[in-house]
Amino acid sequence: MGELRLMKGNEVLAEAAVRCGCDGYFGYPITPQSEVMETLMELKPWETTGMVVLQAESEVASINMVYGAAATGKRVMTSSSSPGISLMQEGISYIAGAELPCLIVNVQRGGPGLGTIQPSQADYFQTTKGGGHGDYRLITLAPASVQEMHDFVELAFNLAFKYRNPAMILTDGALGQMMEKVELADQKPRWTREEILAKSGSWATTGRTPDRQRNIVTSLELDSEKMEQNNIRLQAKYQQIEENEVRYEEILCEDAEYLMVAFGTSSRVCQKAQEVLREQGVKVGLLRPITLWPFPSRVIGEKAKSVKGILVVEMSAGQMVEDVKLAVFDACCCVPVAYTGRMGGILPSPGEVVEAFEQKLLKR
Amino acid sequence: MEIQDIIKPENLVYEKSKLQVNVISHYCPGCSHGVVHKIVSEVIDELGIQEKTIGVSPVGCAVFAYNLIDIDWQEAAHGRAPAVATGIARTNPDKVVFTYQGDGDLASIGAGEILHACNRGENLVVIFINNGIYGMTGGQMAPTTLLGQVTATTPYGRTVELNGYPLKITELIAQLPGVHYCTRQSVHTAATVRKCKNAIRKAFQNVMDKKGTSFVEVTSTCNSGWKMTPVQANEWMVEHMFAEYPQGDLKDNDKKG
Repeated sequence: MGELRLMKGNEVLAEAAVRCGCDGYFGYPITPQSEVMETLMELKPWETTGMVVLQAESEVASINMVYGAAATGKRVMTSSSSPGISLMQEGISYIAGAELPCLIVNVQRGGPGLGTIQPSQADYFQTTKGGGHGDYRLITLAPASVQEMHDFVELAFNLAFKYRNPAMILTDGALGQMMEKVELADQKPRWTREEILAKSGSWATTGRTPDRQRNIVTSLELDSEKMEQNNIRLQAKYQQIEENEVRYEEILCEDAEYLMVAFGTSSRVCQKAQEVLREQGVKVGLLRPITLWPFPSRVIGEKAKSVKGILVVEMSAGQMVEDVKLAVFDACCCVPVAYTGRMGGILPSPGEVVEAFEQKLLKR
Repeated sequence: MEIQDIIKPENLVYEKSKLQVNVISHYCPGCSHGVVHKIVSEVIDELGIQEKTIGVSPVGCAVFAYNLIDIDWQEAAHGRAPAVATGIARTNPDKVVFTYQGDGDLASIGAGEILHACNRGENLVVIFINNGIYGMTGGQMAPTTLLGQVTATTPYGRTVELNGYPLKITELIAQLPGVHYCTRQSVHTAATVRKCKNAIRKAFQNVMDKKGTSFVEVTSTCNSGWKMTPVQANEWMVEHMFAEYPQGDLKDNDKKG
């Protein structure tokens, strides 16, 4: 059993980063996630593990610092909230194009624009459909508890390095600010130079030694034939990730006649709504996507065949619902798929979800 | 004496640095980039730091610098090289990191990144090629374009009313306490090439000695963009660019007190 503590989601992100042997954090303050860097600065990991923590002049600089450090084979990360993540999109596209492993955390707030500092899930499209320019994908993990905020930091780094691809933890201000019990992992050492050379020496800029050609980290290829080949290679990688890395949780789905699909904070609200509906005798299951990309399309398609209706609950105008509809369509199924949710920094209440469920699926 | 008797290793007076990759350069004949690449290659070689050096190339004509100098390279987004280099240097303090940037990259879109990297005193060499124009995209106005200068986006000459003043970014950089060494050089004559090489060597030595940021502007020609012959471009640079961008050291903390 690891150390147990009562902690905020944002604080846990920082603690988990240090404990999994992260080499560096580069960030810029923005509500509701500023505690990530504040906690790191208090922890002073440069005195213990040697982890670098730097407050950059902007999110644009932060993500490019991540680019530079990640391209040397180091395990580095940044965190921000929606408007800051928008600023990072150029850098994220370059990181995806140069195939650099790193972790980006988005503690979402309501938009568009400067919006609000309250929690939201309206960056789903931005995260799972690209966000920046070009055909690329982010491995996206959506925690639903403070414990998962902890666990997904190391998982995200492992997936990022397994596929040489940026990984994102897509969470929101509610989980960032919420305090829950968390079991912390034991401290792991940072990778040694030898370990970095063994894992990433074939591509990372670790210094041009006589035993190899120079390593060049770039996303540029002016020869269109070669650039298309680069894209084909990327797409093959993304397909491999889609085959291997889909993660989801099924909550009371065995006997389900109806299904709710929700991720992160929304799934916590849905768990309560599920309790209420089951007390009324409605057999409703909850499917919680943990990876938003790759999306658990196959399992949703299978479930769609045995239920009478699906309700997708989001803290947005309805974004993931499009992927649920595609999953149902791909399964050649015509079960009704409805959406409910709140926007602009408001969490739907369990009562609202129950009411929407009754109106849209039970037609009461 | 026959010519064969003279062509012997012991009679060699000059050879190309072994760090200069044997490929055809993409630079226009007469451009200053080639000379500065040669200097950077020679300095890295002479200091024996090929295995420790990581270069960051910009967006602009020098984007392909990584094809020309035999070290590990990262290609940065437009203007972001100082942030990329910060990430490398902070997590790899044993490395010698340098950025190589043009005036559009460094003084326009990347003005924020260069100012803050220099202000933090990041342990970096910055090579700043200032030719007063966007070469790669076809000769548009740069922040350092001179008043009256004709470019693709100032076809009637740069005016204060429309475009503001030439940005003396090197003077700004020199003001920052984090900057250890800041100098302005050129490479249009054999003598200035030697001086510029001394400056670039000093900058790399400073980073090896962990003295903070060393910033070397090379006031340069872009004869293609300026629509001149190489000789005319050199003359025009001396007459007009040097008046706006005076040559020599702006700051050297080694010479303090």
